[in-house]
Amino acid sequence: MTDTTATSKLIQGRTGNWEIVMGLEIHAQVASKAKLFSGAAVGFGAGPNEQVSLVDAGFPGMLPTLNGHCVEQAVKTGLGLKAQINRRSQFDRKNYFYPDLPTGYQISQLYFPIVGEGVVEVEAEDGSFFNVGIERLHLEQDAGKLIHDLSPTESFVDLNRAGTALMEIVSRPDIRSPEEAVAYVKKIRTILIYLGTCDGDMEKGNLRADVNVSVCREGQYEKFKATGDFSHLGTRCEIKNVNSFRFISQAINYEARRQIEILEDGGAIVQETRLYDPTAGETRSMRSKEEANDYRYFPDPDLLPLELEQAWIDEIKANLPELPDDKRRRLMSQYGLSQYDAVVLISEQAKADYFEAAAAGRDAKLVSNWVTNELSARLAADGKDFSESPLPPSQVAELVALIEEGVISSRIAKEVFDHVWAGEGSPRQVVEARGLVQVNDTGAIEKAVDEIIAANPDKAAAVAEKPQAIGWFVGQVMKATGGKANPASVNDILKARLGL
Amino acid sequence: MAIDAATVRKVAHLARIKTPDDRLEPLAAELNGILSWIEQLAEVDVDGVEPMTSNVAQALRLREDAVTDGDKVTDIMANAPRSADGFFVVPKVVE
Repeated sequence: MTDTTATSKLIQGRTGNWEIVMGLEIHAQVASKAKLFSGAAVGFGAGPNEQVSLVDAGFPGMLPTLNGHCVEQAVKTGLGLKAQINRRSQFDRKNYFYPDLPTGYQISQLYFPIVGEGVVEVEAEDGSFFNVGIERLHLEQDAGKLIHDLSPTESFVDLNRAGTALMEIVSRPDIRSPEEAVAYVKKIRTILIYLGTCDGDMEKGNLRADVNVSVCREGQYEKFKATGDFSHLGTRCEIKNVNSFRFISQAINYEARRQIEILEDGGAIVQETRLYDPTAGETRSMRSKEEANDYRYFPDPDLLPLELEQAWIDEIKANLPELPDDKRRRLMSQYGLSQYDAVVLISEQAKADYFEAAAAGRDAKLVSNWVTNELSARLAADGKDFSESPLPPSQVAELVALIEEGVISSRIAKEVFDHVWAGEGSPRQVVEARGLVQVNDTGAIEKAVDEIIAANPDKAAAVAEKPQAIGWFVGQVMKATGGKANPASVNDILKARLGL
Repeated sequence: MAIDAATVRKVAHLARIKTPDDRLEPLAAELNGILSWIEQLAEVDVDGVEPMTSNVAQALRLREDAVTDGDKVTDIMANAPRSADGFFVVPKVVE
C-alpha cells in the first residue's frame, strides 16, 4: 500500500503555491424501521407529520427510549471502520432554537461517543491508496423539514424526519484534494451499504456531508502532520449539507479559490458555516446561524449512559459481512484478478456477487470483463442495479464458456450478448438458432484466404515488406466468413500462405 | 464564577427569554447567588468517585426497532398556533 498524501495537488496562486486541507463530517441515516428515541416510522413519502410521535414533537413530559437496533447499527459501522467501540457512551443535548427542532435541543453524543478512532483505506483515481483517519462516530437525531415555497411569508414544518437516527462520521483532516474527498465519501458509502447500516441514498438526503475546508502555504501541512499543531493550518470554513459527489467537488474547488483570493489580497478567513448553492456554483455565508454557535451542551438527564457488553460486540463482529477491502484482496488472490478489476467489482456488493456467481469454473478475467463492461453498461442504460439484472449470472457464464470452448469469437460474443439481452434465449440457444458458430473448419478458412490473396496480389506482396499489413487480410477474411472464422486459425493460415 | 449583565443578556437571548434591560443587573446578582451556593459542592473531595447518573443502579432501557407510534396528525397539531394541510405554519425562515 502506498501513501499519496505527500503528493497532493498544489493550487497555484498569484503569490505562490497553496495546499487544501479537509476534514469531513458525514451524516448517514441509520437503516431502521423506527426512529432513534420513538416508535414512529422512518421513511419517505408519508403525508406531512404522519410519522411523528409526541416524543418527536417535543410534547411536555414525553420521554425518549433508545432504539436498540440503531445502537447495533452504529457498532456494526464502527467495526466496519476498524474503529474503537466505546463500551460506555452518553447522550448530550445540543441546544438551539429553530422551527425544525420542536424540543429546542438535538440529542447527540458530544463528550462520550459510541465509536472512537478508526481508519479507512481509500482508492485514489490512479489506483493508489490513501488512509483517512476517523476521529469518531456518534449517534444523533435528525431535524424536521422546512418547506419555504408554499407561501411567500410563511414556512411550513413537517416533522416526519425529526428524530430519525443519524450516524455522524467525523474524519481527521487527512483529505487533500476534491478528488480525494469524493473518493472518501464513495468509500464510506460503499462500506455502509455492505454493512446494511445505511442505504446510502444521496438523492433522498440519507447520506450527506459537511466539508471543512482550509488552505495553507505549501509545506505547512507536513509541519502539522509532524507536530499535530493546528496552528500550521489555515482557518477553516464548514460547507454544510452537500449531498452529491459532483457538488462536493465543485463546492471545495470554489471554496479553496475563495479563501486563497482573500488571503492573497491580505485578508483573513473568518471561521464560519457556509452553504453551497449549486445553481450559482458558489458558497455563501449562513449568517442566521452565526450567533447560534453557543450550543450549551450538557448530558441529557432523560437518558442513562449507554453500556455495552463485550460479548455482544464480539457477536456483532463475528457476524460482520465481508467488507469491501477484504473482498478486493480475496478477488485478487482467489481469481487472479488485477487490482483495477477487483476495485471496479467491489464498488457495488451486488456486482461482486454477480461476478462470483458467474466466475465459478470459468476464465475469471473474461467474466470480469463481461460483467464490468457490457453488462454494466446495459444495466446502467436501463437504470438497473446488478441485483435486478434480467440476465442471470449463469448466462454470462455460458457466454464465456462458449468463447473458451472456441465455439464463438469475442466479436461474435458481443452479437450473441445483444440477442440474449433482447430475450432470444440463452447464449447457446442463440448461437444455434442464428448459426453463429465460429468456423473452425480450416478448409473453409483456407479457401477464403486463398481467394482474397489471389484477388489482391499487390497487397500480398506488400506484406512481405510490412508484416503489420496482414491486418487488412485478417479483416477481409473475417468479412468473407461473416465474422465467424476463428481469428487464431485465420492468423495462422494467413501467415503460412503469405510466407511470414 | 461571576456573571455580569452582558452574560445575562446573552444567556437570555440564547434561551429566547425576553428580559428588559432593568432586570439584567438584578438577575446577575440572583444568578451569582445561586452559583456561589452551588459552588459549595466543590468543597467535597470526589477524587476517584464515579459520577452518579441515577439514584437507582439500573441500565438504560432499549426499545425494539418496531413501529408502534405515529399517524396522529390531529394530536400533534392540537396546540399549534397555526397549521395548514397537516403542516405547522411559522413565520418565514430563510437561509
